[in-house]
Amino acid sequence: MTEFLQHLLNTLVLGGTYALLGIGLTLIFGIMNVVNFTHGALYTVGAYVMYLAVTALGLGFFAALPTAILGGLLLGAILDLVLLRPLRGADMDTTMLVMIGAGIVLQSGTLWLFGGVAKSIPTPFPDAPLQLGPVSVSWLRLFVLGAALALIGLNYWLINRTRLGLAMRATFQDHDTASLMGVNVRLIYTATFAIGSSLAAAAGALLGPVYVVFPQMGGMAELKAFAIVILGGLGNITGAAIGGFILALAEELGAGYISSGYRDAMGFLIIIAVLIFKPTGLFAKAERIG
Amino acid sequence: MTRHLPALALLAALAALPFALGHNPYLLNALITTGIVTIAAMSLNLLLGFTGQLSLGHIAFFGIGAYVSALTSLGFDVELLWGLRIVHEPWPPVVGFGLAVLATAGCGYLVGRLSFRVRGAYFVIVTISFAEVVRLVALNWVELTQGPLALTGIPPFSLGLPGLGSVTLRTKMQNYYLVLVVGTLCYALIALLVRSRFGRAMRGLKENESLALSVGINATRTLTLAAVISAAMAGAAGSLYAHYLRIIDPDVFLFSTTVTMVIMVVGGGKGTLLGPVVGGLIFGLLPVALRPVMVPEAQWMVFGVVLIVIQFVMPRGIVPGLARLATRRHAPGGAPARMPAEARP
Amino acid sequence: MSEIHAPILSVDHVGVRFGGLVAIADLHFDVHPGEIVSLIGPNGAGKTTAFNVMTGFLKPSQGQVRFRGTSLQGLQPHEIVRLGLSRTFQRTSVFPDDTVVDNVMIGLHRRGRGRLVDSLLGQDRTGEAALRDRARALLDWVGLSGRAQDKAGSLAYGEQRLVGVALALATEPAMLLLDEPVSGMNASETQVFVRLIRSIRERGITILLVEHDMPMVMEVSDRIVVLNYGRLIAEGPPAAIRADPAVIEAYLGQGSAAREAAQAARETIDA
Repeated sequence: MTEFLQHLLNTLVLGGTYALLGIGLTLIFGIMNVVNFTHGALYTVGAYVMYLAVTALGLGFFAALPTAILGGLLLGAILDLVLLRPLRGADMDTTMLVMIGAGIVLQSGTLWLFGGVAKSIPTPFPDAPLQLGPVSVSWLRLFVLGAALALIGLNYWLINRTRLGLAMRATFQDHDTASLMGVNVRLIYTATFAIGSSLAAAAGALLGPVYVVFPQMGGMAELKAFAIVILGGLGNITGAAIGGFILALAEELGAGYISSGYRDAMGFLIIIAVLIFKPTGLFAKAERIG
Repeated sequence: MTRHLPALALLAALAALPFALGHNPYLLNALITTGIVTIAAMSLNLLLGFTGQLSLGHIAFFGIGAYVSALTSLGFDVELLWGLRIVHEPWPPVVGFGLAVLATAGCGYLVGRLSFRVRGAYFVIVTISFAEVVRLVALNWVELTQGPLALTGIPPFSLGLPGLGSVTLRTKMQNYYLVLVVGTLCYALIALLVRSRFGRAMRGLKENESLALSVGINATRTLTLAAVISAAMAGAAGSLYAHYLRIIDPDVFLFSTTVTMVIMVVGGGKGTLLGPVVGGLIFGLLPVALRPVMVPEAQWMVFGVVLIVIQFVMPRGIVPGLARLATRRHAPGGAPARMPAEARP
Repeated sequence: MSEIHAPILSVDHVGVRFGGLVAIADLHFDVHPGEIVSLIGPNGAGKTTAFNVMTGFLKPSQGQVRFRGTSLQGLQPHEIVRLGLSRTFQRTSVFPDDTVVDNVMIGLHRRGRGRLVDSLLGQDRTGEAALRDRARALLDWVGLSGRAQDKAGSLAYGEQRLVGVALALATEPAMLLLDEPVSGMNASETQVFVRLIRSIRERGITILLVEHDMPMVMEVSDRIVVLNYGRLIAEGPPAAIRADPAVIEAYLGQGSAAREAAQAARETIDA
């Protein structure tokens, strides 16, 4: 029972960052209809900016996190302006291939700049974990959970309570109508890609200190983000948030009770199961067939 | 047969190439691995180019082919659940090749049935997931696959000719021609398929699915058959790879190899017969040319940039681009023959 | 003329709803062998939806369609074609990247049922040649032989409609559904098309037509079925439909485009 409680606690911590990853990806897909193959690379970039900010720049852990998020925001905006804006209206395969190319450039660039050796990010938290009755959790992981929840909340506020969010929702519904109503759709796309990218970078910056930072870390994160998004239904933000926690639970239980080697396989098994039994995701309305 | 003239010329050139290179083992090795990946790229083209389905898990079939072939020829002894034990004595590599083709055809059928329920982005993601699950199994089922320790000592192919004894393909030269022969057979098979009724059904589905359905084309059947043939061909390439390198580890399932294949197909010209071959040769041998001047990470950056640039400047690929130039030169007055498809309403 | 024939197609109390939106409320009519029937109605009346139900692209929420006595319930589009019910599409009626003759070759999918192995081994040469002859004959019929080697996507809009008809005829249908076949055609092209429709009927193919071109509909149809708001409001020969107050009301109650159509309908009455 204690073991199970511990798994649930770990699920909460992991699920928060997974939700961030998934929300970022599903936001970009839902509004822009782009399958973002740079998502993993942006996760990696977030982690490395965090690492640089803490070590080379000496910014301090708590200032480094917003720096990493800002880095993701900027890089996302640049990617959209340089690559996606000229391709607006191109078919989905073309944008997917361009995004794959950009992902390769970013990942290999990181490897070139930093080398393949994993780095760890020093944190200001005490080593001794917090004991909560029979279970324990490190202070760092608690901070990660808190920060992730805060960012999810911020994201919800942005989408549901601001003018930008209103324009994003209008574009999500129907970009032609939104454009007729005076929404600057090009700007909304750039903002969406930047925000989605910043969420990926935030997830990398939060999980980087928990594990280690290395150039290929984004590959698996990206595939997990796909799993989360499929689970929640493409384009469904709340679905992605819940999907993040479900994937974390599946991984914790899979690693705990089956075999730790298959932890990473859980996401893909979920994808395959969802696509067999409920192809539109657990929380999506049925996709309209043109 | 003038249609196939460029392909035949290319075949002749490739057959003569080892002599022109003067038995340079480094280049020959690069050519063999390039040839093997090119076969896989040709198989990917059958899905990506001719049916329009972007399969990004194609490496799974390649890797499964490699492991099935290797394990068949090495033998294994594994214990499944409930104490069920399977012992397999080594069989000849040629049998491994056959089983690799059959096993991957079966996987192609399953993925095809599953994936064609879902299209577009879902299809892409399900193919990636399939490849990752298989990679994780190869990594973790240590008893069968040795996991990260790799399967070693895989025997080379022996070709037995009735009444003439058998030849074991140990040299690079022999393996080069084996790859060339298998590659040519795959090319011929695809060429025949594309011109057949089945090929027309694939084209119809790609160009206008509703219309294709309305003339009686069975989408599920056509697309699943394409997936089966494509997977079997990738499995054959995987088998060649295992018995040539004679060592394989779970890295044969890396996503980056699928990306390489995609670059070969898209760069060379998807939906054309020669495209993946030309693309395969260019992008397979590009690392050889780049190696003296840059580190592998930088090479990969070049690949990424190439993939992006192709989409912007030559979205249909090199072969259609060249073909267009050629017809333009032959057309009277140098004017393009007819408006391209973009002109349609 | 219409004796006690069993209907070739019966639409049996079909309803289609998308969520809360009713596209077809309750549609019920028959088409008899050898007839040319038109399905008309203002925009959004549910005509194309009805076609999609008949050809298996949409599942009805209620009711069913029977073709030559067989229920089409649960059948896929490609299975329905095999029963002899074929259709054309309103907008995209060709395979744009193939030549016109190859388009028809794709349409002849059901004919070239040689085994895959045979065609791979080149044993199917004669079959392929026969198929090509058949394709050329079909192009001749619709009057497109001159464009056989052109890319279908490069053809003019009206010609693309003809390719669509050739494709549908390639499936050797007993009945053909034409979705706005003359939209975008000029008057003389429309006249040629009317002759084509008649020649199709002469070969024993029943025709159901959705069309906005009222003079054309009045000229070619044996019988007309009028839909409005997903409901059948009138059914009968052209003369009766012209005079039907419910029909005039339906068209007048609509926007200006529909009013023009009604105007056109009345002009045909006067003519």
